Amino acid sequence: MLAAVDATSVDDLFAQIPASLRLDRPLDLPRGVSEQEILADLGSLARRNATGEDLLCFAGAGAYDHFVPSVVWALVGRSELYTSYTPYQPELSQGVLQILFEYQSMVCELTGLDVSNASLYDGATALVEAVNMARAAGRSRVLVAGGVDPRFVQTLRTYGRGSGYEPEPSGEDVVPSGVDPDVAAVVIQHPNAFGLLEDVTAYADAAHAAGALLIQVFDPTSLGVLAPPGELGADIAVAEGQPFGNRMNFGGPYLGMLAARSEHVRKMPGRIVGGTVDVDGRPGYVLTLQAREQHIRREKATSNICTNQTLMALAATVHMGWLGPRGLAELGRLCASKAAYAFGRLTSITGVEPAFPGRPFFKEFTIDLPRPATDVVDAMVPRGFLAGVPAPWAGERALIVAVTERRTRTQIDALAAAMAEVLGA
Amino acid sequence: MRRGAPVRGQGPPEDGTLRALSRPGRSAWSFPELDVEAAEIPDRYRRARPPGLPEVAERDLVRHVTRLSQMNYGVDTGIYPLGSCSMKYNPKLAETAAAFPGFADLHPLQPDPTSQGALELLWRLERALCEITGMARATLQPPAGASGELTGLLIMRAHHTANGNPRRTVLIPDSAHGTNPASTRLGGYRAVPVPSTLRGLVDVDALATMMNDDVAGLMLTNPNTLGLFEEDIEHITDLVHRAGGLVYYDGANLNAIMGRTRPGDMGFDIVHINTHKTFATPHGGGGPGAGPVGVVERLVPFLPVPRVERDERGTYRLSHDAPASIGRMHGFHGNFAVLVRAYAYVFFHGADGLKQVSELAVLNANYLASAIAEDFPLAHPDARPMHEFVSTAAPLERETGVRAMDVAKRLIDLGYHPSTVYFPLVVDEAMMVEPTETESKEALDGFAAALRQAAAEARSEPQLLHDAPTTTPVRRLDEARAARHLRLSWRDDPSDG
Repeated sequence: MLAAVDATSVDDLFAQIPASLRLDRPLDLPRGVSEQEILADLGSLARRNATGEDLLCFAGAGAYDHFVPSVVWALVGRSELYTSYTPYQPELSQGVLQILFEYQSMVCELTGLDVSNASLYDGATALVEAVNMARAAGRSRVLVAGGVDPRFVQTLRTYGRGSGYEPEPSGEDVVPSGVDPDVAAVVIQHPNAFGLLEDVTAYADAAHAAGALLIQVFDPTSLGVLAPPGELGADIAVAEGQPFGNRMNFGGPYLGMLAARSEHVRKMPGRIVGGTVDVDGRPGYVLTLQAREQHIRREKATSNICTNQTLMALAATVHMGWLGPRGLAELGRLCASKAAYAFGRLTSITGVEPAFPGRPFFKEFTIDLPRPATDVVDAMVPRGFLAGVPAPWAGERALIVAVTERRTRTQIDALAAAMAEVLGA
Repeated sequence: MRRGAPVRGQGPPEDGTLRALSRPGRSAWSFPELDVEAAEIPDRYRRARPPGLPEVAERDLVRHVTRLSQMNYGVDTGIYPLGSCSMKYNPKLAETAAAFPGFADLHPLQPDPTSQGALELLWRLERALCEITGMARATLQPPAGASGELTGLLIMRAHHTANGNPRRTVLIPDSAHGTNPASTRLGGYRAVPVPSTLRGLVDVDALATMMNDDVAGLMLTNPNTLGLFEEDIEHITDLVHRAGGLVYYDGANLNAIMGRTRPGDMGFDIVHINTHKTFATPHGGGGPGAGPVGVVERLVPFLPVPRVERDERGTYRLSHDAPASIGRMHGFHGNFAVLVRAYAYVFFHGADGLKQVSELAVLNANYLASAIAEDFPLAHPDARPMHEFVSTAAPLERETGVRAMDVAKRLIDLGYHPSTVYFPLVVDEAMMVEPTETESKEALDGFAAALRQAAAEARSEPQLLHDAPTTTPVRRLDEARAARHLRLSWRDDPSDG
C-alpha cells in the first residue's frame, strides 16, 4: 500500500509535520492490552462503585432509578441502528428516521404540544435551547421560578454569559413579579425540583399578559396522570428524558426533550424529521427544516447542535411504545402512591418534618431533617441506602427523596427504619 | 456487478407507523401490583384524557423496530467513509464495559466515597487525554463536539474578560465545519472567515493583517477540514498569541496525529476532542458523543465544575470550588457512559496502539485517494492528505453532467455508504472521504472499484446515476416538499393509521 502512495515508509506520510513539532518519544501511556485485561481493569473500577442492592436508590433530582424493560436495548442495540450516524443519506437511514418521527409524534402526544425536535443533549441544555428560542424574537430578560432545578439554572447562567443574559428569579409570589415587555420567557418546573406540583397556569397567564413565552420543565413519567404542558398554557416544554429507556449512567448520556407550539417551529434547535415522498410517490422520511441548522446557516443557525442524543431518543421511543397510554398512567400511579407512602413513613420519624407542609407532590418530596442532610445521607450508606439528594439551596437540613416504581413497600419500610436508627429517634 | 443491497429492499409490510399497529386494549407493559395505599392526584392537576400513545403488544413493537432496523445502514453493515465523521468500527468490548452495573446503575449525585471507581476512571481518562493532546487539565463534561466548542469559547471569553476586555471577534477558516461559526455566535463573538490559499492552507499573510486587539482567538483544526496539515502552524499560533489572542483546536481530526504530534506542542491553548470519533463510540444514528475540552495551565481556573480532584491518599472527589469557572455545560457530569467507552478504547490500544491507529488512518486515506484520483482528483493535489481527503466530481460533472450527489446515490445501489458530499463548502462538487484505520485493503479496493464504476457509467449510461438509488426501500426523497408541507408528527397526517 505504501508503494501505491509514493511512500517508502509510514514516516513519509507524516513528512509535512515540521520536525520541530514531531513527538520524539512514545506517548506516556501504558502499552496496549488484551480485551481480557481491559475488561478486568474496567470491572475492578466498576466494582468500586456502590449500586443496586448494595445501595438502594431513593435519589432523584433529575436522574431516576426507573425500570427499563428488556425490549428497549434488545431493539435499540441492533447494529444497523446502533452503529449508524446522522441520517445524511435518507435512503440508507429510513429506520432511524422513522423511529425519530415516531419519537417526535409521541412527545407531541405526551405534552399536548404541536411539534417536537428529535432530542437534545439533556434536560438542562434543552432548557437553554428553549430560552434561546424565546429570546430569538428580540426580547432579553429570562425569569426563572424558585422551584427550577438549580443545576438547570446554573447551566442557563453559564450559557447566558455567551448569549448576553442573566437568568433572574421570578419572585416568591405564585404569580411572577416583574414580567415586563422586555421579558422573553418565564420558566417554571412542574413537578418542581422539590417534587411539588405547581400552578403552571397562573405563571402562563402572567407571562402571556406581558407577551412573554411560558417554558415548562416537565417530568415525562408524570404525564400519564398529570395534565400536559400544552393544556396548562406552556408555549415550549422541555424535560430530562432519561427515565424513558435510559439507565442512570452516572449522569449521561440522557436526552433533552423539547416540544413547542407550531408557530415556533422555525426557531426550534436540533434535528427535526419530516415526512415526504420519494420520486415514485412512496412515503419516506428526511431531516427537514435544515435551513435552521449550523451546517447550512453557520453563524446564523438557531443552535450549534450537530451530534445529539439520537440513540437515547430511540430508546425513549421503544419505552413509550412499551408503556402505551395505560402503562404510562400505571407508572404514574405507582410512583405517586409509593412516594406518598414513603413520605408518610419518613415524616412519622421524630424530628423529620415536611419541608413544604400540605403541598401536593408527585414522585419526589422534600423533608427537613434534625441534622445536616449530607451527614444523614453518609450515615445511611453503610446501611445500604442512598437516602436522597441533599438540597443545600433550601437549607442544609433539606433532603429530596425520590421513589420510583422499582421500590417496594418492604424497601421503603427498611429505609424508614434505618433513618430512624441514624437519627436516634 | 452488485454486491448485494446494504439494506432491506422493501418497506415494512404494514407500511406505516407504530400508530397504525395500535389496537385498543393491546399492551406490552407489566408492573408489580401496587403494594401500598393508592394515592390520588388532586383533581386540578389531573390529566383529563390519556395521551395518544400507541397500544401495541411487545411482539408488534419488536417486529416493527426490527423491520425498521433492516432499512438502516451502520458501520457494522460495511464501510461508512463519511468525511469529518470518523466512522470507524467500534470494538464490542467497550459495550461490555459500559453495561457493567457498577457504571450503568450509578446515580450522578451519589456521595463521592460510593463512586470512587467512576471518579478514578474520569481522572485517568482526563490524564490520558491531556497526554495525547499536550494540555494541562481537561473537563469531560461537554456532551458533544459542538458543546466542547462552546465550552472553549466561553473559557476564551472568561480569560479575556479577566484581562479587562472580552474582545469581539473570533477568526475561523472559510473551510471550517458549520458548528465553529454557530458556537462562536453562542459564545458572544462575531465569526470572521480567514481565507485559504490555493494549496488549501490558512493564508498566513491574510491572517497577519487580520490580527488586532479585538480578536479573541482563532479556531482551527489540524489537519484542517480539507485533510491537510497546516505546515505553518507554529507561525500561525505565534501570530495570534502576539496579538493577545488564544488558539482553539477543533479536535475533529485528532485521529490523524495521535503519538505523532500534539496540539499543545503546536501552540494551541484550548483543545476539544470528539471521543465518539477518535475513540470509537458507536454513533447511534446521531449521538451520543462526548466533547472533552483540554486547556493550557493558565486557563485551568476557567474550566467548568464539578471537576474530579485527587488527594494525596489517592481519594477522588467532585470539586465545585473554582470561583473563576465558567460554570456548567451539562446537567450532571457529561456523557459518562461514552467516556467509559473512550477509556476502554484508549487503554486497550495504549501508546503503541493509538499511534498505529493514526498511521493506518493516514495510510488508508492516501491509498484510497490515489486509487480514485483519475476520476475524482484531489481538490488540492499539491499537498499530501492525512486521515481524510477532499476529492472533486467537478471534472466529471463538466464532462457528463453527473454530479457528486448522483455518484453518491449510485454508490448506494452498488452496496456502499457514500462519502460526505458538498462539504467543505469551499470546494466545488466536493466528495470528502474518510475511510478510517479500521477498513481492510479489500474494503478500500472494493469502494474504489465502485467509484470507478460509477464514473464509467456516468460516461456511458448517465441516467443510471440520475435515477439512483433504485435498490433501497425508498428512492430519492423530496426534501423541498418536506420543508414546505411540514409533517413532523403523525398528527399532521390523519390518513396514517
